[in-house]
Amino acid sequence: MARIFCDGSEAMARAAIASGLRFFAGYPMAPSSDLLEQLTGKLPRAGGVCVAAETEIEGVNMALGAAMTGNRAATGSTGQGVALMQETISECALHETPLVVFTVGRMQQDYFQSTRGGGWGDARTICMAPKDVPEAFELTQRVFHLADKYRMPAILLTDGMLARTQVSVDLTPLELEALPPKDWAVDGTGTGTGRSKTHWTWNEGKVNNPGPGPQKHWSNLAEKYAHVAQVEPRWEAIHTDDAEVLIVAFGTAAKFVEYVVGEMREEGHKVGLFRPITLWPFPEEALERAAATAKVVGVFELNAGQMIDDVKISVPNRRLVRAIGGISTDRSGLSIGDLLDAPVVRARIETLMTGVNA
Amino acid sequence: MNVAATVPPPNSVKRSPFGTKLLLSEDHPLCPGCGHPVALRVILEVLEELSLVGRSVGIFGHGCSAMMIGQMDVDLNLSLHGRAPATATGVKRMLPDRAVFTMQGDGDMVSEGLAEVLHTAARSEKITCFLLNNGVFGDTGGHMTAASVIGQRTKTDLTGRKAEEHGYPIPISKLVASLDGVSYVARASVHNAAGITQAKRFVRKAFEHQMQRTGFSLVEILTMCPTGWVSKTADGPAYMMETLGQQMGLGELKDSLAAG
Amino acid sequence: MSNPVQSGGTVIIAQDRCKGCELCIPACPPRVLSMSTEKNALGYYFPELAEGCTGCTACHLVCPDYVFEVYRLLPPQPSQSQTSAVQ
Repeated sequence: MARIFCDGSEAMARAAIASGLRFFAGYPMAPSSDLLEQLTGKLPRAGGVCVAAETEIEGVNMALGAAMTGNRAATGSTGQGVALMQETISECALHETPLVVFTVGRMQQDYFQSTRGGGWGDARTICMAPKDVPEAFELTQRVFHLADKYRMPAILLTDGMLARTQVSVDLTPLELEALPPKDWAVDGTGTGTGRSKTHWTWNEGKVNNPGPGPQKHWSNLAEKYAHVAQVEPRWEAIHTDDAEVLIVAFGTAAKFVEYVVGEMREEGHKVGLFRPITLWPFPEEALERAAATAKVVGVFELNAGQMIDDVKISVPNRRLVRAIGGISTDRSGLSIGDLLDAPVVRARIETLMTGVNA
Repeated sequence: MNVAATVPPPNSVKRSPFGTKLLLSEDHPLCPGCGHPVALRVILEVLEELSLVGRSVGIFGHGCSAMMIGQMDVDLNLSLHGRAPATATGVKRMLPDRAVFTMQGDGDMVSEGLAEVLHTAARSEKITCFLLNNGVFGDTGGHMTAASVIGQRTKTDLTGRKAEEHGYPIPISKLVASLDGVSYVARASVHNAAGITQAKRFVRKAFEHQMQRTGFSLVEILTMCPTGWVSKTADGPAYMMETLGQQMGLGELKDSLAAG
Repeated sequence: MSNPVQSGGTVIIAQDRCKGCELCIPACPPRVLSMSTEKNALGYYFPELAEGCTGCTACHLVCPDYVFEVYRLLPPQPSQSQTSAVQ
């Protein structure tokens, strides 16, 4: 299949279209605007619709409307824009509407927002974080698939560096299992037939076809989330079998750690990398196994410490867990700061090792 | 002495059912004297009369306008508060041959969702928005909205809205009618039988504009909320016409087909 | 039911659904609706019909609780009268 040289935004746009995306609505905000620009051009040519929404809130609610008709729909922004969309994202989770959200973050790695959200209720969203452009092409297809499979929102969490890095990408689409038809879609064909549908969070249904109501519906959702948490975690474990120093990192930051860990392994250091690919569900058990031989666990993330909470939940002895990342931005607050540099990452890991050896 | 029939009388013609065919049940939780069920029945009748059965989708806002979603034999979804026009946009763009409408109260459309309805109108989306305007947040118990008119009683000011304290109401239909891309705007009222008949005519025209894809359409229907207005149910229509009706006026504000 | 033929129409009143708002009372052009003295199962007074209904549907139009089903009564058919005469 064709390889092309493209940036992350184009790779995500192409993957979305390959996944059958029919509707996208976005509001410009660096560094997510490139994705909107890509889809503005490419989606209509593929028979879909791309709307330049007037606000993020309108964009996500348009996407919700398109998704409820049974079509694949998405929206996207940076962390600040996705913050505005939180109410709708949680509502989609609660009334089981599949919706894909592209969070092309600035350099703060919005782990809390992507895995906990700012909405309400017992809402969960699948979240995947690619480490580079080829993986973004793959995981874009997976988030669309999982959103439909489980009828819930799914987030692809990337950042400006990934979105704007150009590499060679293999555009061969994934072969994913076939999904059942969307018999839940609300498309107007039920009106006046006695089989009309109503979709919403309380799930009370119609008087001639009552739904389970909120108590049962929300309990059913909790069971679904528990199932997803059991079967859908994805991760990558590199040199973890005998690692005495285990680094946990995700997304672009993990790509840098991967390089440094490889370099240090060649020199004989017992260093390993555990990289969650799904941030929710977080691969707790896999991390527990990966940390079995670790004397210390360093969490390298580009924020003041967000994923570290999940690492502490997963590693049996939370006292071994140390934050070795931190806030890393330039003066604009948009671009990468000093931390995202292999020698800096290496220095942080070496400091961690010194503590262990002492 | 009550001479009402108890069964269909012999040698007669049925002139009206209790509700309408698109109602699955006539029982509903709205308050005594509420104008919403009347407006909703009119809209359902028009859907049926224009043969939009099997090809219409409703997007309902939050508030009393959504109290009867379970009773309506209509494919519909709730949207988040105020966002119905955006959600309806997504539906219509995916299903351009469907009749897509929103059902919103004034708290939903004019207070919480002013941006959505104006942007959707300006984008000339081929949808119809219905505003059931009683000038209060009925669902919360009758609090002031951005559409409460001067002098109108609300739970937020039982002596009536005063401009110096609360500012002025937003005349949403006038605003929408002023935008390019808008095809049809009208304001009706369900205060009496003649008003209801006029409302139905406006609703029908709005759907006709949508199906002819001439642009965005909006029908504002004034509805009684005696609970929110702290008035007797029987006084609701008169109070509505003294306040909302008198200050807003009834009639068509824009009809691009007639003008053309 | 008393003699409905004196009226041009009649209504079936779903009185147990009525919430007693009284909007139908002034809406009725021939003024043949009045509120009951008994309460229904919901605790509301409900409308009752006197002679003189025209079957105009005004009560149906204004009623928020879908209480009225309206009938227009047809005049006796001439053919039926003839048949009666023959018998």
